[in-house]
Amino acid sequence: MIKLGRLLPKALLLLVLLVGAAVTLLPYVWMVSSSLKTEAEVFTAGISFIPAHPTLDAYSKALERTQVARYLFNSMFVSTGETLLVCTTSVLAGYSFARLRFPGRDLIFLIVLGTMMIPTQVTMIPSFIIIKWLGWIDTYQGLIVPRAVMAFGIFLMRQFFMTIPYELEEAGRIDGCNRPRLLFQIMLPLTGPALATLAIFSFTNAWNEFFWPLIVTTSEDVKTIQVALATMRGGEVVEWTTLMATVTMSALPTLVVYLLLQRYFTKGIIMSGIKG
Amino acid sequence: MQNTPSAGASAAAREVEAARQRQRRNRWLGEETRWGYIFLLPVLAYLAVFVVFPVVYAFYLSFHEWNMLSPTMKFVGLDNYQQLFQDQTFILSLVNTAIFTVGVIGSIVVLSLALALALDTKLKGINFFRGVYYTPAVTSVIVIAAVWTWIYEPNFGILNNLARMVGLPQLRWLSDTSMALPSVIITAVWRNVGYFGVIFLAGLQGIDTIYYEAAKVDGANAWERFRHVTIPLLMPTTFYVVVMGIISSFQVFGLIYAMTGGGPVNATSVIVYYLYKQAFVYFRMGYASATAYVLFAIIFALTLIQFRLLGRRIET
Repeated sequence: MIKLGRLLPKALLLLVLLVGAAVTLLPYVWMVSSSLKTEAEVFTAGISFIPAHPTLDAYSKALERTQVARYLFNSMFVSTGETLLVCTTSVLAGYSFARLRFPGRDLIFLIVLGTMMIPTQVTMIPSFIIIKWLGWIDTYQGLIVPRAVMAFGIFLMRQFFMTIPYELEEAGRIDGCNRPRLLFQIMLPLTGPALATLAIFSFTNAWNEFFWPLIVTTSEDVKTIQVALATMRGGEVVEWTTLMATVTMSALPTLVVYLLLQRYFTKGIIMSGIKG
Repeated sequence: MQNTPSAGASAAAREVEAARQRQRRNRWLGEETRWGYIFLLPVLAYLAVFVVFPVVYAFYLSFHEWNMLSPTMKFVGLDNYQQLFQDQTFILSLVNTAIFTVGVIGSIVVLSLALALALDTKLKGINFFRGVYYTPAVTSVIVIAAVWTWIYEPNFGILNNLARMVGLPQLRWLSDTSMALPSVIITAVWRNVGYFGVIFLAGLQGIDTIYYEAAKVDGANAWERFRHVTIPLLMPTTFYVVVMGIISSFQVFGLIYAMTGGGPVNATSVIVYYLYKQAFVYFRMGYASATAYVLFAIIFALTLIQFRLLGRRIET
């Protein structure tokens, strides 16, 4: 470890970190403060981060005029569905790759890892055609099913299953457990931390996903919040307060989850960063 | 073999034991194979439908002309690829993507490494800072695009307000052809510094302290230790950051879509945005598939080149 503290005085280091943190947080503060201002205050010169007359008008306007509540529900539903599917497929495949020996296993695992190299744009057009052929355009299943498997999730669960001692499984096998019971009753309860990391990672991913929902949804009833937000500024005149209120509402879920479960986020990224 | 009387009996016993073992192994092998494939079934089905078939079909499509509506598609050979490289907008999108990538990755490597070094100290509240810097990475690009569009707003946005207050020229950040791409790059850098900073931090903390101690014994000062210990030993992390950064920068889409819509006059059009328009605005599925394959080839080639260039240095 390099002791920057000796290179620079500690105070200077702290100052740099503070300035950086301010630059990072300022857009969020600006977002929230704009959403609490009156339309007139937004259109005055000068920068003020504290609204002169704080009001929730923009929020009620956003909820009234657009189907924000619906978009948020759609995003919540789709992200939850995707997360459940990703976790299920990752646990099943991860266990299979880590603990079972069968012909073709390593080849299939290699293929799964290989899919991470393929840009999604390559598979996107045929996937869209398949979804259209299935009649799933503008449906929840059209949004969820093509995202049911995540190579990184399989990899993560496989690595985790490999660390669990074999003795536990042996004991279960002697007691006459079959495979599904071994997996679901003995192994699964031990995967807590890894599964939580995967669930959070996959939920945030799904919540923030944009390209696929953009092309698959057409009606307001199915649009996710990201698609709705991106297409909201169609007109020439932008009501910034209402827009910022909508933006704040759509940013809030991930920010709250992040604040509460921060350690899982960095754990996930470090795992993906070092081993991915 | 020496005690002949019991040799026959023990051989028989051995054979029985071996047979039993074989049987057990076969049964377990059979059981493991069966469940292995049952557990993999969802993934295999998914791979077949949403990866293998699409990869093959997109390649097939790239030699055809098809608008998705007509029941037949026309075989056009290499026409789509030829047209692509004659299209000025595509070339411009390619150049813009390259500029975006170089701008973002160049800034990220320097800033994220600096951030990681700053965070790798035993300062009180360092976890707070790490949490703050990572926040943009969990915020959706669409939210970020909306907020930054407001920050860049020419009349009442923060930046021009600030410029007015200190007497600097007010820029038309997103509506000026020469400013739009740099503005998007700034936003992208703001979003990714913390993310890659945390990766660099993990890399830094993975370096064994004995190297630093050895360097200190040899009389190396802080800068020399950074130059000759940190930089070389951090190479695998840097390599990972650059490869991942290039792959994701080449696929930038959401920021462009929501901030500039590729404009003004294609000044911020990037490959994936170009592809999106061809496929889902003009419904030129064959042409768009060819674009996707060119993108695939570029990313693949860049990754290979880096593996050859940087991969070699990592080993030393």
